Amino acid sequence: MNLCERSASELSALIARRQVSAREVTRAHLDRIATLDRELGCYLLVDQAGALARAEQIDGLIARGLDPGPLAGVPVALKDIFVTRGIETTCASRILKGWRPPYEGTPSHRLREAGAVLLGKLNMDEFAMGSSNENSGFGPVRNPWNRAYVPGGSSGGSAAAVAAGLCAAALGTDTGGSIRQPAALCGVVGLKPTYGRVSRYGVVAFASSLDQVGPLCRTVEDAALLLEVIAGPDPRDATSIAEPVPRYRDALGQGVAGLRLGIPKEYFVAGIEAEVEQAVRAAIRKLESLGARAVEVSLPHTEYGIAAYYILATAEASSNLARYDGVRFGHRAERPVDLLDMYCRTRAEGFGPEVKRRIMLGTYVLRAGYYEAYYGKAQKVRTLIRRDFARAFEQCDLIVTPTSPVAGFALGERTEDPLAMYLADVFTIACNLAGLPGLSLPCGMHGRLPIGLQLIGRPLDEATLFRAAGAYQAATDWHTRRPALG
Amino acid sequence: MGEARYQAVIGLECHVQLQTRSKIFSGSSAAFGAPPNTEIDPVCLGLPGVLPVLNRRAVELALRLALATGCQIRTRSRFARKHYFYPDLPKGFQISQYEEPLAERGAVEFRFGDEHKRIRLTRIHLEEDAGKNLHAPGGAGVSLVDFNRAGVPLAEVVSEPDLRSAAEAGEYLRALRQLVRYLGISDGNMEEGSLRCDANVSLQPLGAHQYGTKAELKNMNSFKFVEEAIDFEIERQQRLLERGGRVVQETRLWDSEKKVSHAMRSKEEAHDYRYFPEPDLPPLVVSDQWVSRLRRELPELPLARRARFARAHGLPDYDAGVLTAERELADYFEAALGGGAPPKKVANWIMTELLAHPDGTQRVAPEALGELVGLIEQGTLSGKMAKDVFAKMFASGQTARAIVEREGLTQVSDAAALEAACRAAVDKNPKQAQQYRAGKTQLLGFFVGQVMKATQGKANPALVNEILKRMLA
Repeated sequence: MNLCERSASELSALIARRQVSAREVTRAHLDRIATLDRELGCYLLVDQAGALARAEQIDGLIARGLDPGPLAGVPVALKDIFVTRGIETTCASRILKGWRPPYEGTPSHRLREAGAVLLGKLNMDEFAMGSSNENSGFGPVRNPWNRAYVPGGSSGGSAAAVAAGLCAAALGTDTGGSIRQPAALCGVVGLKPTYGRVSRYGVVAFASSLDQVGPLCRTVEDAALLLEVIAGPDPRDATSIAEPVPRYRDALGQGVAGLRLGIPKEYFVAGIEAEVEQAVRAAIRKLESLGARAVEVSLPHTEYGIAAYYILATAEASSNLARYDGVRFGHRAERPVDLLDMYCRTRAEGFGPEVKRRIMLGTYVLRAGYYEAYYGKAQKVRTLIRRDFARAFEQCDLIVTPTSPVAGFALGERTEDPLAMYLADVFTIACNLAGLPGLSLPCGMHGRLPIGLQLIGRPLDEATLFRAAGAYQAATDWHTRRPALG
Repeated sequence: MGEARYQAVIGLECHVQLQTRSKIFSGSSAAFGAPPNTEIDPVCLGLPGVLPVLNRRAVELALRLALATGCQIRTRSRFARKHYFYPDLPKGFQISQYEEPLAERGAVEFRFGDEHKRIRLTRIHLEEDAGKNLHAPGGAGVSLVDFNRAGVPLAEVVSEPDLRSAAEAGEYLRALRQLVRYLGISDGNMEEGSLRCDANVSLQPLGAHQYGTKAELKNMNSFKFVEEAIDFEIERQQRLLERGGRVVQETRLWDSEKKVSHAMRSKEEAHDYRYFPEPDLPPLVVSDQWVSRLRRELPELPLARRARFARAHGLPDYDAGVLTAERELADYFEAALGGGAPPKKVANWIMTELLAHPDGTQRVAPEALGELVGLIEQGTLSGKMAKDVFAKMFASGQTARAIVEREGLTQVSDAAALEAACRAAVDKNPKQAQQYRAGKTQLLGFFVGQVMKATQGKANPALVNEILKRMLA
């Protein structure tokens, strides 16, 4: 069997039982990357030597009877937003080209500690700003299902690599949908955990109050396994939540009998593709047939979500990106005539157009005298949206929606229209504003393109998402479909 | 300056470096003076992906100051980001506090001549320090940045515009320095920058109720410079106003060599700091228990201690002021009183002998000084002998009693022995005795000298005087 089609859970079991070596698994993935990724563009960096050395180390541990951890020998890859010691980390931005961090971030550290083998760093929209991966400073990623289409974004490289079998699992980040939307477009499982569930230490910040780290995998079980590894409090992140991490995999077999599914009427409106709506409604019926009960709920402030999001996210981004000044790391303009010239040209040369657009927006909304009108107001909308969810969760245990209003769009189709691009996240943004966990999993096809189903849970209730997603996956085979490649 | 038609109105914004071991948001050392860029870490360098974690110790030190100045402490305060671009500011923003500061509405109190001054505080908040730009000499076009200081905790202390002269501002600053040193939260060293001060200065026509336009003064790294810069600014504004000009709101830099200030930037060029709440730090919650514990642990503050020294030890106010200038000296004084030596005498010894040496309190233990004063009181040592003994104590670190015993320095007060010595002096010098009796009484000193010589200076001078006068009568 092709090692690159196995799930992370299967691979770690095979490796731990010595039915296959970590080295063989890593080799198989490196070969597949070499064959396929020239065209797909998922990887910004492949650490072949490091990966093979680590795989051999894992094999050595197993040979000596030691337990390398729950991800023993599993080949994983990281969105290039994760800071990796000694390994170039660019955030797909020219401004960070060549930066080799002197420290390791918490999520990647936890993956490695669990025995994972890091294959390399994955393409993304520059600084995670985008929904198509076309904003990468180093070229686009193609959707493995149809190479004329985008993989979604900003974790486009992560979703496409997992879909194409270029790694067993990947980590991404999600600020407004950046894990779930590409997961939907590439037909994989993507989870954005509760805000604070996973440490953000060593994750290049886009919008600090919205950013959250999560896994992209081919099965729900893998997503649960990876979350168990990366979740939990971190003394280096003051916003990480001090709750212990449950064994999420235990939720997978519990079934959905008695679960109340909230169907928000505001999410099934004009603009949603007919095939997407049909697939999502079919998925809801499938869950009902398994014992869940659908109830209509209302999230009345949904329509203000995008506006509030683009104020808060750009404000925080303009602040977080101020540090790219050419002084200590990354790109610096050559022969500046003075300090201002150094700043201006460094940033003009280093940042791409979407990043500049958001820095300008964010700078604008934070200027003196306008703070209340924009940032203050957006925070109030955020509170209302949070309240909407709290009310809805009085009537249901999880909320079911489409992940993306469309199954996909072609490369170049929206690049000239930033507002159309922003609407790609219309169903995913509220989760980030409210800090709630959201999971996307495949639930159908529109032609050659997969369709994603989004499940939204109460704060820290990832287990219920896994429970519903596990039951759905056990009863359907959408997740077993693979794009035709090579 | 001519006739005073204007009243100066001055407010100070002071930055106090807090003496924590590590930085306010990360683990590297906050100590001063290490080689450039050796006390740094990813967080204080603002590398991509890092997050701040608040150092509780820094909060505690700032709270001490807030309590000592009678501020109201917020149970829930917030950090905010203050944005501007400068190479020594790693993240492009400083983590500070803006809308919800740690503490508000306190006061710094001090003596100003015979007056008791109470300068109100607007607020005390926590923030991080920036690094330091070093410009290559000779204008080589190269600047270097030392980030050792980046992330050192600061308490910013903002006063109301309650000060009315440069001298008063100087005293306020000295009182603040004294306070932070008493509290053990900072060494308050202006030259090293652990206490820094910006001054807002405006003039108000006498009798007016509205403040004039202010100028902000920066770059004054000594008490003297602060006073000089404020005086210069008052005079500059006064001349301007008297000629019918207008003061413009601006920031001015003090040039301590030329003793002038230069406009640095105008109001129009002022930064828009784009404050917003720091999303990476949850609100800072200060519990009642925490505050009460810190309140209990506060030391006696300088003004209270000064008053108590005057009252309880019967010291003149001046002495009490000198002895309470530093907490260590006040502690020294009280320790020296332990053996029962009279406070005023101990005070005199400290002020005239001990403080003549910069390291006096380190060289002579307080108990030893008290013992020395006690030996004088008992008549064991004369004042002159005591000074010699003190010099030996200072040099050797030995106690007064040990030196007295080793060198056999005990003053001879035994009446019979002194009687014999005096008798011998009179008998050996009949001519002088005769002259004395004839009225040349200034010869008494001669006889005292003879007795002292014979006893190697150990004779009790008062007794010798008394005996000789009787014998020669």
